[in-house]
Amino acid sequence: MSPERGPVFLARRTYRRRRLADAARLLPIVGTVLICIPLLWQGEGASGSTRTTMAMFYIFGLWVILATIAGIISRHLRAAENKEPPRGAGS
Amino acid sequence: MAILNVLALVCLLYVVFLFAVAFGADRAARHGRGKWLRSPYVYTLSLSIYCTAWTFYGAVGFAARSGLEYVTIYLGPTLVMIGWWWTLRKMVRVGRSQRITSIADLISSRYGKSNLLAVFVTILAVIGVTPYIALQLQSVTLSFAAFSETEQAGAALPDMQSTALWVAMGLTLFTILFGTRNLDANERHHGVVMAIAVEAVVKLCALLAVGVFVVWGLSGGVSETLARIDASEIARFEVPGSRWIGLTMLSAAAFLCLPRMFQVMVVENEDEDHLRTAAWAFPAYLMLMSLFVVPIAAVGLDVMPIGANPDLFVLTLPLMAGQDGLAILSFLGGFSSATSMVIVAAIALSTMVSNHMVMPIWLHFTGGSAVISGDVRHVALLARRLSIAGVVFLGYLYFRVTGGGAALAAIGLISFAGVAQFLPALMGGLFWRGATRTGALAGLGVGFVLWQYCLFLPSFGPSMIMPQAVLDHGLFGLSWLRPQALFGAQDMDPLVHAIMWSMVLNTGAFVLASLLSFPQPIERLQGAQFVNVFDHSSTTGGWSGGMAQSEDLLIMSQRIMGATEAQALFAQAARRQGLVGYLPEPSPDFLQELERELSGSVGAATAHAMISQIVGGAAVSVEDLMAVADETAQIMEYSSQLEAQSQELARTARQLRQANEKLTQISVQKDGFLSQISHELRTPMTSIRAFSEILRDTSDLTAEEKSKYSSIIHDEAVRLTRLLDDLLDLSVLENGQLVLNTQTGLLSDLLDRAERAAGVQVGTLKVERDRAGEMRELTTDLDRLAQVFINLIANARKYCDGDPPVLSIRTHEVEGRLVIDFTDNGSGIPSEKQAVIFEKFSRIGETKAGGAGLGLAICREIMTRLDGSVSYLPGQKGAAFRVSLPLPRRMAAQ
Repeated sequence: MSPERGPVFLARRTYRRRRLADAARLLPIVGTVLICIPLLWQGEGASGSTRTTMAMFYIFGLWVILATIAGIISRHLRAAENKEPPRGAGS
Repeated sequence: MAILNVLALVCLLYVVFLFAVAFGADRAARHGRGKWLRSPYVYTLSLSIYCTAWTFYGAVGFAARSGLEYVTIYLGPTLVMIGWWWTLRKMVRVGRSQRITSIADLISSRYGKSNLLAVFVTILAVIGVTPYIALQLQSVTLSFAAFSETEQAGAALPDMQSTALWVAMGLTLFTILFGTRNLDANERHHGVVMAIAVEAVVKLCALLAVGVFVVWGLSGGVSETLARIDASEIARFEVPGSRWIGLTMLSAAAFLCLPRMFQVMVVENEDEDHLRTAAWAFPAYLMLMSLFVVPIAAVGLDVMPIGANPDLFVLTLPLMAGQDGLAILSFLGGFSSATSMVIVAAIALSTMVSNHMVMPIWLHFTGGSAVISGDVRHVALLARRLSIAGVVFLGYLYFRVTGGGAALAAIGLISFAGVAQFLPALMGGLFWRGATRTGALAGLGVGFVLWQYCLFLPSFGPSMIMPQAVLDHGLFGLSWLRPQALFGAQDMDPLVHAIMWSMVLNTGAFVLASLLSFPQPIERLQGAQFVNVFDHSSTTGGWSGGMAQSEDLLIMSQRIMGATEAQALFAQAARRQGLVGYLPEPSPDFLQELERELSGSVGAATAHAMISQIVGGAAVSVEDLMAVADETAQIMEYSSQLEAQSQELARTARQLRQANEKLTQISVQKDGFLSQISHELRTPMTSIRAFSEILRDTSDLTAEEKSKYSSIIHDEAVRLTRLLDDLLDLSVLENGQLVLNTQTGLLSDLLDRAERAAGVQVGTLKVERDRAGEMRELTTDLDRLAQVFINLIANARKYCDGDPPVLSIRTHEVEGRLVIDFTDNGSGIPSEKQAVIFEKFSRIGETKAGGAGLGLAICREIMTRLDGSVSYLPGQKGAAFRVSLPLPRRMAAQ
């Protein structure tokens, strides 16, 4: 109703926020899939299985990446939500 | 004994330090200070009670036995945390908006506030968590024992049981002191939360310190450590897929369902926004907690003697290396993990036990409702304290009974599997409106029975509780009922087997029973509130805390009462309290006054709700209230405007309708009048025109003809003039412009005058008079009355077809009115015409004398003006008209 809220600006912000929420929803699913990746390695190679150290590097690397992405997403979700009008958000 | 004494002293000092922290935090919270208490990092650290002594010590043991599999215990919660947008956000929102106090409360209030369900969940939680508490006691006693073993003199090994008892008693005391300080509506315990946040830091630092010492101190660097791992028994990544996935899912489920996790995550949550920080910070914490586990396990396996308990590597490695200080730090880490878990679990369980079991029973037996609030408060606090002692004591009892043997090692996962049975009812309740109480009970029941049968009872070891025969051949000898090979699922890992069947059948029973049953109204209401929680409370609710914020109250009041009035009220209250400015302390008196003021504007119930929500810091945020207040103010304004407008509109519409009716009537009259008048004017005009044309155009007219035609023209002109006079007269009468010229005279004189004026001559009409009755004095407009008489007599003269025509005029009094009847001996007026003779232009046929048909209409108008009437009197010999007049008062008195 108020003219100072440009519709294009609003739409873009809402759009961005919804995509961020999508990303937040997607992250645990992607994480689950990636966590299961080491299971695929077990039959590989002549030695019969993967070394624990390799799996460790993979798992901990993944862990750091997941935490970082979660941090980035939630930070931007917060910033986006604060600037959004209190009503009219949601799904 | 030196080191044990030092250890005991350190423990004591540490506990005193925790007491101080908890006390300080509670004090700060009570005084409204300490924003740092509400920091998202404190929240994140408090979540670390997930990492108990079982994970602090046990993770290394776990890793020493089965390699990297232990990370699943941390990966599950990591996935839940980074997926906070799905579940945790909703759980926290529901917890805040419904003022949930425990997971049993959440499930029961979702399913129609069913106490049966709450009791069921409580019992299940107590059964599931008690062994876990025992595990903590065991880990503390084991770590004490580890120190005492290093004492070569080891003459006086401390009794493990007594250590456990001391620890249990100390924990009970701490929990009661800080866990039941108040019956806060939101069940927040700032002191406890702060203490466990400190403990979280201690245990992380301890584990990291041990890890750093092992990697750089014992092994000599990262690459050497990696080489050691590669050379150890756990060098191969050989985790069965089912266990990897199963344990990850299990730990994720337990993270959501464990009563203590629910306590810190939902109940103690200050601000929904904290989840955003915890979403990345808690996974990072877990990652750090598990980072050095494999190196410690590998080095421990390498350097420690065969048969050393790998569960205690974290402690024994520094001890062996002579690093007593590090060992004590490590011990404190384990001690912290154990104590924080026991404290929070005891608080969570005691809340459930006292709220859902003790209080209902107490209220039932005292027979009273909760009317005496002070009394109930006291009982509730007592119930909670006893529950805490009871829960810790149960844990101790379990520890005593099982003897702290190896059976305890697996109890962590068994406990997880037990509480994971809440998951279908919990998630179904949050996301599926169709979930019903019956479904939840069925699912929980099936899951609980299967968990007991497949996992919990067998965990005590063969023939302890469950006979070996049942284990081997199934219940009643039915092989498909074997506890660890249910429905023929053989050769599965017992844990994964139990999780799979219990969760699958739990979910199945839950869904099926929900589909088949019909929820009660309150279940449907609660279901809608839970599932659509984000529609009901749109803001994140950053505002909270026990202190009422005067500024918020002022903002709200301004919107309802208007800025000036609200400011005046607040300033006045502030002056009374001896303060300067607009913001008084939110004292009960002031709040009561404000509520009264507000209730004048928005109604008592709403005002009470608004105030109590601001003061109580409840689920509804100030922004919500402002929105409500704004809307209320706007609606009130609008509605008063609308009311005024609609009244005005109704008035105008009524006036317009009346005007319209009048106009329509006038229009109809005008149409009728115009058509009549044009007809009446046309007839004489036509003859005037015709005869004047004859006179003009015809040259050979005789004088006689000329005279005849001229007299016709003259007659018609006279008739026209009379018509116009009548019209003018009628118009004057109808418009009420007639000015009455009141005189007094005798009726007989008036009638004489009328008779003469009507042109009554001997031979034309015989008028019979009642001279004696006519001797009445009249005071009215005699000229106008005479006009009526003239008209009536003239009519008789013109239309009476009697032979000879006779008009009789009789005067008498009827019901206090003077009545003058004009009756002739003619044929009268046909009954169908009687109704219209007083209308304008009504004439009875084209009779011998051409009148305009206005006479009687004029008569009626005149009589109305004179407060009398003229009417046709049917049932006489001829035509009869009755003129009635009000009698003068003095005559009536005679």
